[in-house]
Amino acid sequence: MTMSTPQDAQHNASSAGWPLWEVFVRSSRGLSHVHAGSLHAPDAEMAVRNARDLYTRRNEGVSLWVVRSTDIMTSDPEAKDAMFESPKGKDYRHATYYTKSEGVKHL
Amino acid sequence: MSTSTGTDHSLDSFGDATASATRVTPGNALRPEDIALQDTAPATEAIAQYALRLGDDALIYAQRNAHWVSRGPELEEDIALGNITLDQLGHARSFLTYAGKKWGKTEDDLAYWREEEEFTSLHLVEQPNGDFAETTVRGLFLAIYQHLLYTRLLESSDRTLAAISAKALKEVDYHLEHAELWTLRLGQGTEESARRMRRALEKLWPYVEELFQDEPLYEELEGVAPRPSSLREEWDARLADILERAGLAVPEVPYAMCFGRRGEHSEHLGYILAEMQVLARKHPGATW
Amino acid sequence: MAVHQETGGHLTAVQSPEDAEGQARFDAIIAEDSRIEPRDWMPEAYRKSLTRQMSQHAHSEIIGMQPEANWITRAPSLKRKSILIAKVQDEAGHGLYLYSATETLGTDRDTLNDQLLAGRAKYSSIFNYPARTWADMGAIGWLVDGAAIANQVPLCRASYGPYGRAMVRICKEESFHQRQGFEILLELANGTEAQRKMAQDAINRFYAPALMMFGPSDNDSPNSKQSMAWNVKRFSNDDLRQRFVGMIAEQVKVLGLTLPDPELRYDEETGQWIHMELDWDEFNRVIKGGGPCNAQRMARRREAHEEGAWVREAAAAYARKQQEQKEQVA
Repeated sequence: MTMSTPQDAQHNASSAGWPLWEVFVRSSRGLSHVHAGSLHAPDAEMAVRNARDLYTRRNEGVSLWVVRSTDIMTSDPEAKDAMFESPKGKDYRHATYYTKSEGVKHL
Repeated sequence: MSTSTGTDHSLDSFGDATASATRVTPGNALRPEDIALQDTAPATEAIAQYALRLGDDALIYAQRNAHWVSRGPELEEDIALGNITLDQLGHARSFLTYAGKKWGKTEDDLAYWREEEEFTSLHLVEQPNGDFAETTVRGLFLAIYQHLLYTRLLESSDRTLAAISAKALKEVDYHLEHAELWTLRLGQGTEESARRMRRALEKLWPYVEELFQDEPLYEELEGVAPRPSSLREEWDARLADILERAGLAVPEVPYAMCFGRRGEHSEHLGYILAEMQVLARKHPGATW
Repeated sequence: MAVHQETGGHLTAVQSPEDAEGQARFDAIIAEDSRIEPRDWMPEAYRKSLTRQMSQHAHSEIIGMQPEANWITRAPSLKRKSILIAKVQDEAGHGLYLYSATETLGTDRDTLNDQLLAGRAKYSSIFNYPARTWADMGAIGWLVDGAAIANQVPLCRASYGPYGRAMVRICKEESFHQRQGFEILLELANGTEAQRKMAQDAINRFYAPALMMFGPSDNDSPNSKQSMAWNVKRFSNDDLRQRFVGMIAEQVKVLGLTLPDPELRYDEETGQWIHMELDWDEFNRVIKGGGPCNAQRMARRREAHEEGAWVREAAAAYARKQQEQKEQVA
């Protein structure tokens, strides 16, 4: 890989050692937590409080997750083609592939 | 201009990617506007006077805390202090609206057109913000107090006071957590933060006794409101627990003689009111 | 890292094979109007330009809190006080959304903040004008937030994903900001003679600075063209400005007040709004630090930062101690 990965950059120095946290919000029961953004906080407990104040001022959430940004592992965007190539062409994984049974009820 | 409906250029398409995490709903809660619309006024003068006290405490506290907006020690904290201020202002508006119904006055009549000696606030809420340690200690004292008080008011025979307290209690619960989190962090953080916390405790302790003074008014509030003195024991216990975990202690300083409830205020209140009321009083009869 | 050379406003690069591949992928993503995400390869100039634009935007939100915070303690009704606190608080939130989006480009918030406090970063020059009267709360909401929204709505589709997403959130929240400002003015316009005068005076003072918020004319805006090629900016400064002027020209009639622009008219032939020539010399003077409140705004920001230092350090120290304790137990 030739580029630096910005999320891994030196975020720890921010705000007298207040690290960066990623915030995930569940907007209502039955839905998944969705990434909302990030914030700085000295520790996990404060990160949850800050997330509550910053990302749910308008009843946006019923539950919050916070996770240290540096603890998130991501797939390599440079290797995107290889990473996500395999499912392509395997359209037999999708119901739409099976056309002959079309019109049969409750199938 | 609206940002939610498209006009041309499809300028306004937000996409679904963040829809779930940005969903906005107004929520249901008792608002001052709802109380204004209700038919019920306080049944007695004493109940109205009592609501006035709760309203004045929350109002002056909010007015003080509001000064932190745009001055917080970190942006995240700026927002947290803003939330607490907004909550307290909301409680003030509800209590004042309710009190005012006894006298045909609105929340604004009471906030902007009373004189200093007509205010009933505690000296504690009138104290200057000081540094973040002082604001934290003042917040801690008050949050424990309001938490105990509003919990007891859930059982009030006055249904409006109980309803306002129920809404306020949920918010004060958060204020208490906030104050506790910061007390622990500042108490056990650095040498400097612990020193500032000790100084803040010494500065504000004199105004604690007033919180628990029973007035003759309470003779007429049987079943409506708890006597302040009845909250003291649990307040002390809760405070001691938090201070102990923070490596701090109750300071040994004498209590100040304070009678805010009968209109005898700290030297600060005059300035607070001068600032708060200046614009409204410049335009008598105007609406805003 | 590739070496870039500026040639005639277009960037060419002496590229490594990896960079050439990355550039091709980047170009393809831009061409199909898709989104660039933080870990994608991107040209250094794109990263730099976005970091500058987004952090300026964030700084503007944070400095922009001050003129309005100036009236919180004096708001003339408790309802207005609540609204104003909520609004100023939102601005802190918007600053944070934008700082966190900017951080995904690899510059942390402390660095961005240092740039602001050292006077090396710009922010919207409108916030260097004083908020003298309560009516200014109305004019700022209606005109300044109005102009900001007109700028921001197209940015919801900016090619950089985190920027676009931050703008979506901000635009949703700001919809109330402009309305509350307009309603402050409406109330004043229908009030006493003194109130009405106060409202007109505020509009007179904020009209031109609000129009200047869209930036210099397209001919004098060197970054605009590249920014549009990258799908960051979607409309030119002049397009957005005259679109905005058209909207407020109608809205001011509802207030029964006037805009201080004798030349303002709609040109049927070109379908364009014509407005007065703006004083760009004043604009440049304010940008360079010579506005009425530049010094005051910066001093206030520095003070908050410096006075907060011991608090931030204490919280960090506490977190370290807790971590150490946990490790000892384990």
